[in-house]
Amino acid sequence: MTSADFYIVLPEVLLAVFAMLALVVAVYTGKDKTAPLMFWLTAAVMAALAVWIGLNGEGDNAAFGGMFNDDSFSRFSKVIILLSGAAILLMSAPYMAKRDLLKFEYPLLIALATVGMMVMVSAGDLMTLYMGLELQSLALYVVASLRRDSVKSTEAGLKYFVLGALSSGMLLYGASLVYGFAGTTLFGGIIQTASEGHVSLGLLFGLVFLISGLAFKVSAVPFHMWTPDVYEGAPTPVTAFFATAPKVAAMAMFARVLFDAFGGVTGDWGQVVAILSILSMALGAIAAIGQTNIKRLMAYSSIAHMGFALMGLAAGNAGGVQAMLIYLAIYVTMNIGTFAFILSMERDGRPVTDISGLNMLSKSEPLKALAMLVLLFSLAGVPPLVGFFGKFYVLKAAVDANLVWLAVGGVIASVIGAFYYLRLVFFMYFGKEGDGIDGAMAPVAWVFLMGSAAIMVVGVVNLFGIEALAATAANALVN
Amino acid sequence: MENMLSIVTFVPLVAAAIMALGLHGNDAAAQRNAKWLALFATSVTFIASLAILFQFDPTDTGFQFVEERQWLMGMTYKMGVDGISVLFVMLTTFLMPITIAACWKVETRVKEYMIAFLLLETLMLGVFMALDLVLFYLFFEAGLIPMFLIIGIWGGKERIYAAFKFFLYTFLGSVLMLVAMVAMFVDAGTTDMVALLAHSFASDTIAVFGFQIVGGLQTLLFLAFFASFAVKMPMWPVHTWLPDAHVQAPTAGSVVLAAILLKMGGYGFLRFSMPMFPVAFDQLATFVLWLSAIAIVYTSLVALAQKDMKKLIAYSSVAHMGYVTAGIFSANQQGIDGAIFQMISHGFISGALFLCVGVIYDRMHTREIDAYGGLVNRMPAYALIFMLFTMANVGLPGTSGFVGEFLTLVGIFQANTWVAMFATTGVILSAAYGLWLYRRVVMGALIKESLKSITDLTTRERAIFAPLVVMTILLGVYPSLITDMIGPSVTALITDYHAALPAMGETQAATH
Repeated sequence: MTSADFYIVLPEVLLAVFAMLALVVAVYTGKDKTAPLMFWLTAAVMAALAVWIGLNGEGDNAAFGGMFNDDSFSRFSKVIILLSGAAILLMSAPYMAKRDLLKFEYPLLIALATVGMMVMVSAGDLMTLYMGLELQSLALYVVASLRRDSVKSTEAGLKYFVLGALSSGMLLYGASLVYGFAGTTLFGGIIQTASEGHVSLGLLFGLVFLISGLAFKVSAVPFHMWTPDVYEGAPTPVTAFFATAPKVAAMAMFARVLFDAFGGVTGDWGQVVAILSILSMALGAIAAIGQTNIKRLMAYSSIAHMGFALMGLAAGNAGGVQAMLIYLAIYVTMNIGTFAFILSMERDGRPVTDISGLNMLSKSEPLKALAMLVLLFSLAGVPPLVGFFGKFYVLKAAVDANLVWLAVGGVIASVIGAFYYLRLVFFMYFGKEGDGIDGAMAPVAWVFLMGSAAIMVVGVVNLFGIEALAATAANALVN
Repeated sequence: MENMLSIVTFVPLVAAAIMALGLHGNDAAAQRNAKWLALFATSVTFIASLAILFQFDPTDTGFQFVEERQWLMGMTYKMGVDGISVLFVMLTTFLMPITIAACWKVETRVKEYMIAFLLLETLMLGVFMALDLVLFYLFFEAGLIPMFLIIGIWGGKERIYAAFKFFLYTFLGSVLMLVAMVAMFVDAGTTDMVALLAHSFASDTIAVFGFQIVGGLQTLLFLAFFASFAVKMPMWPVHTWLPDAHVQAPTAGSVVLAAILLKMGGYGFLRFSMPMFPVAFDQLATFVLWLSAIAIVYTSLVALAQKDMKKLIAYSSVAHMGYVTAGIFSANQQGIDGAIFQMISHGFISGALFLCVGVIYDRMHTREIDAYGGLVNRMPAYALIFMLFTMANVGLPGTSGFVGEFLTLVGIFQANTWVAMFATTGVILSAAYGLWLYRRVVMGALIKESLKSITDLTTRERAIFAPLVVMTILLGVYPSLITDMIGPSVTALITDYHAALPAMGETQAATH
């Protein structure tokens, strides 16, 4: 352990130290009186770290004997994670202030979860990976049940905890098998054993369990059951967070494990990931049709979107990883905008989650309705909006890897999925008048909604140069 | 000017943006401003497109006014027109001011309505000019959004069903095309359509899930594109979205749908299916010819049974598109010339017919044929114009409808006599439903009480019909206006197509 090692993990250390210091400060000062400050401070720290990592990071560094990687892949993921986390914090503050949820623990738990996620995407060892994963999960279990007096919220927390523990168990079981058969927990060691041509049955078994545990975290079918309930039960800002940063972290970690540790045997896991992908896309599209609760609907939508991201992973090459990263970046941007809007859905001061609340929004709030229209068509993957390009990249990667059946399945699922996005448009533009939402939107949320919608439109020009960044990141991971 | 095509394409978009950001309020003045701005923008677009037409060199069979910029993933923003596409561009720019003028009476959410049409114009023009596969898809697909809203917001009673059906039907068709485009991208390594036209895709028989696919990759790609264009066209049996969409869409929406959007399917066949997958095209031509014959006869019979005027005209559109597909798939000069001619002429005629329905719908708020009768007594000018377009739709010599039908039938006859025989019965049937409709609506005594106070065409309505009347008759008596324009490009298309065929045959023979 040298100072160079510590320099590499400095962003994580800083954020963790910040969270702990802030905790102490908050406890010894006015507790929840400092909460508004904590929201802004945490968001500012996270955004600053994102800028620092984005601008300062360089090259391919490993710390602690390869247990922690700092390469452009992890930096790309970390920037998305940090920025989306900061955005969600900013837009949830007004919502929480309105509903007596402005607790200082929330931003700090989010900060700790973010530390966990940053460790996850940088992991170079099964132990590091598990540590990051648990730090993230434990923080998220708590925030899911943030609203202690609500049955639904506590139920969501408990459900998430029980199922999360189960998945962690599977992951650990897989990890122990891998350790047993590879003799090391370091990815660099595992890949040497796994690429020698004859993967032992035990290693394969371990890989399958690892994938199951990871699939749970990205809520891929058939490990998705917790998603709709947790999304529905958790307070909306928490749902917004669940839908963004942890998904990116989990997908990035998924890619990290598959390529860094099992990159030599893509044939062995490619099919499994492809199956996860097609099932997620299909279920996400079909099951959402019957939903009337917009949070549940977004849960199914995120399942379908993770299916598409997995399609890139299933391709098993650098192009696929690049497509996945672009897809995730676009997905997060769309979801931030959409949730900024969902946060503002209320009638007579009470939050509304039924989609009929959108009735004739285009009359009462034309600009907001237009922004949502753009986001919904983008989520559905209709060109020329940026959401289409996300799909295009993963389709290209899939066809490149001869997974035409997966591409065809994916586009058919996206047609089915288009139905429920259209249904939201239907409420906003063709619905009945009278029982719509009436709440004003917090300025911060308004900015995020409009910004996200504007990005969806303007991005058609060059996707803000994210293509090249994602390519560099993917090449750092796959080699 | 180098960016001529981009300027023409994006003028309406700029106007839409100005309208969205700059025009506030919803009072009468704002509504009037929106309408005038839209009319102004579409007229400017038309005038600018005239410059393209005058500078266009018909003897050059390549793409002209080409502009190219780098885009994502090695794709390009590439625009250009050739003899086939330039007329579709003109059709679009010509019809849009008329369409805008036709929705002058709309009162609900005027600004949004105008924005939707302006947006639609940009997207339609983009479709005909795009020379990059993905750029084409982008424009092609994006048109669904404004059309979905036009039907859904300003449509009739069953508009929700129609809007969803329209969107999902066409979306399903075109996503398959998207996968095929991705496959072409992977196979050829480029999305540049000029390069793809020169690229020959594999046509050796391959096995997919145990099925022997004759024509191999080409057949698969062809079928994926076919799924999209056949729905868009629409061809029997995937035409069922069209009557619903037409009936529920507002008048201007129907005009755009029938006159321009349907032509994207035909254009696609000519731009992609025929030159890029010649072997598959050749193999499946007979199949498509028969589908077209069925479409012509079947939808004509269905049209005879309609009680709703718009539905009748919608079915007649499907029948007329049957001539277009048959003409294209006969793969000879007359057939393809005729198909393009028919598409242009149908653009004017069907647009005008929907406007005719719109005129009396605005007055009586019903499209039931039975609700009318004897209109000639109160509306002589209307009766005259309606008759002209009914006759043009039937294919009376002297109108543009005749030239299109005659040329396609000549082409089809050379390719497949039996199909030509069935297709020709469509001419008789179209006379039957056309004249019958006209008799029931316009002729006879004016006995219905509600019609006693109906008024004839206003000046605005006359002004809308005037350019359509001129074009229909002008193209009817002087068809070389169009055939001279498209001739060289079509000849080149057919030459390349036949050049691709025997060469493939020889290589196959050599390998056996």
